[in-house]
Amino acid sequence: MIRRRALLAAVVIAALALAGPWLSAYPLTVLTQAVIVAILAMSLDVLLGYTGLASLGQAAYFGVGAYVVAILTTEHQMGLLACLAAGVALATVTAAVFGLLAIRATGTYFLMITLALGMVIWGLAYRWVSLTKGDNGIAGIPRPTLLGIELIAPLPFYYFCLACAALAWVLMGLLVISPFGLGMRGIRGSEGRMQALGYNVWLHKYTAFVLSGVFGGFSGTLWAYYNGFVSPNDVQLVTSVETLLMVALGGSGTLIGPALGAGIIVFLKNFVSVYTKRWLLILGGVYIGVILFAPSGLVGALRGRRR
Amino acid sequence: MSAEFWIAQSFNGLSYGALLFLLASGLSLIFGVMRIVNLAHGSYFMLGGYVGLTVALRTNSFALACLAGAVAIGLVGMGMERFFLRRLRGEVLGQVLMTIGFALIFQDLALLIWGGDPYTVPIPKMLTGTVRVGGAVFPIFRIFIVAVAVVVGLALWLAMDRTRVGAMIRAAVDDAEMAQGVGINVPRVSLMVFALGAGLAALGGVIGGGFLGVYPGADFEVLPYAFVVVIVGGLGSLPGAVAGSLLVGLLDNFGKALFPELSYFTLFAPMAIILAIRPTGLFGRI
Repeated sequence: MIRRRALLAAVVIAALALAGPWLSAYPLTVLTQAVIVAILAMSLDVLLGYTGLASLGQAAYFGVGAYVVAILTTEHQMGLLACLAAGVALATVTAAVFGLLAIRATGTYFLMITLALGMVIWGLAYRWVSLTKGDNGIAGIPRPTLLGIELIAPLPFYYFCLACAALAWVLMGLLVISPFGLGMRGIRGSEGRMQALGYNVWLHKYTAFVLSGVFGGFSGTLWAYYNGFVSPNDVQLVTSVETLLMVALGGSGTLIGPALGAGIIVFLKNFVSVYTKRWLLILGGVYIGVILFAPSGLVGALRGRRR
Repeated sequence: MSAEFWIAQSFNGLSYGALLFLLASGLSLIFGVMRIVNLAHGSYFMLGGYVGLTVALRTNSFALACLAGAVAIGLVGMGMERFFLRRLRGEVLGQVLMTIGFALIFQDLALLIWGGDPYTVPIPKMLTGTVRVGGAVFPIFRIFIVAVAVVVGLALWLAMDRTRVGAMIRAAVDDAEMAQGVGINVPRVSLMVFALGAGLAALGGVIGGGFLGVYPGADFEVLPYAFVVVIVGGLGSLPGAVAGSLLVGLLDNFGKALFPELSYFTLFAPMAIILAIRPTGLFGRI
């Protein structure tokens, strides 16, 4: 099972890598976006799919990572690795603090608390004008240079993001099949039984929460470089919920499903908005359709058919 | 910082809290009976404001605008509950995605129908102007908001505490299965509560439209406030909604006045502290 999944992952990444040179600039840009957002969706899957905690604040870590990169590159001209490290570190700290508050709660309360905590970050981005430039956002984030290679053109930047996503995928994959990951899944199944078996349920949930924040922040740092611009929109509630949709659409608890969901939403968003202004109407329909017709996601639906 | 500043800001906070109560009491009731996290609740507020705007412009009657907004959006809420949310009982994630889907659709429809410009719902002459007490100045419309919230709060309390329907709702909040078992039609109670909650939010939207205005994005702007109110007060609790609304209204107002850059932080940080001490909120039981 694990070997088959690793093979599948290798095939997907190889296919994405081989597709690069054949694509023109615009599809390549969209694909880069999908790859970055896929990391965010997978990070939420660690929490939702494997630990059973539905968070409505995943955009917070994404936003923290993105803002750190934006501020450090535009104000202090710092290099790629320093920015990535700082962004991920601050996102981790944020998740570590938020986790202390949120993990106490369960079910609906967890959902609402993560929503409110996410809004704290949004509020700071929106109102702390001297640091974040408020509603205007921070523009002019330059594309990075890695080991003397400029990642400005679409193709090198795509490969950089793909490598980052592959790394994140492997790390999260290792996490969920590790004994710790099995503990997480046990908690999703039955918290009480895991407690009775002597597992430290709180610590498992907390660690999963923080690790999910780590990868969420990582995705945000890449996003800042990709977009060249960050604004409170990147941190808002709708971004968090969209991530939740990606996970549900692809199939939670599979990692590849949420990545696929992220790809579908990103492509829909980019291509549909070319033809119509009524993108939100369609997206809303997608939400309702997923719940009514594919409650276990695309991967779940495929598996169900195979059985 | 003069005494007038404190009095004026306190009153502003109080009146904003009163508006929040209209919004959040419905959300709290809906949660109490149905355990639904309704992310479309802010949309009821916005849509109520827009419907009220249209009716007020056509009829020149503010009272009619309030009534029309509340009834129309109450019906929208009923439709959502009956045909979409009822089948998702107990599925938190499904409810979240379903209600956010509706919220996005409502947002886009509102943009399609009413356009992107901000409007203010015209209010009757007798509610404009100010009252002067000593050195402090109080806008009459804000006094009116507080009065409406007090009336609605008292009516809700009487209805919940003194009537047969209220007893049925409380039974459904406590234990839906047992309530069903003793012959209460819980699905019908849910439907009524959902309509009531949506209608109250819409009423808040019409009244709020008189001084905050109605504009695209109002839905997602008020939603976190409503959530904080019910989290702080305790889900499903009417006294909790009162206390939470007042606290959030005051905190938000003073936060914006004293620490403008950190205003959201001053709202959400106390909430986090209250939760750390009482995870179910001030009056919550579950």
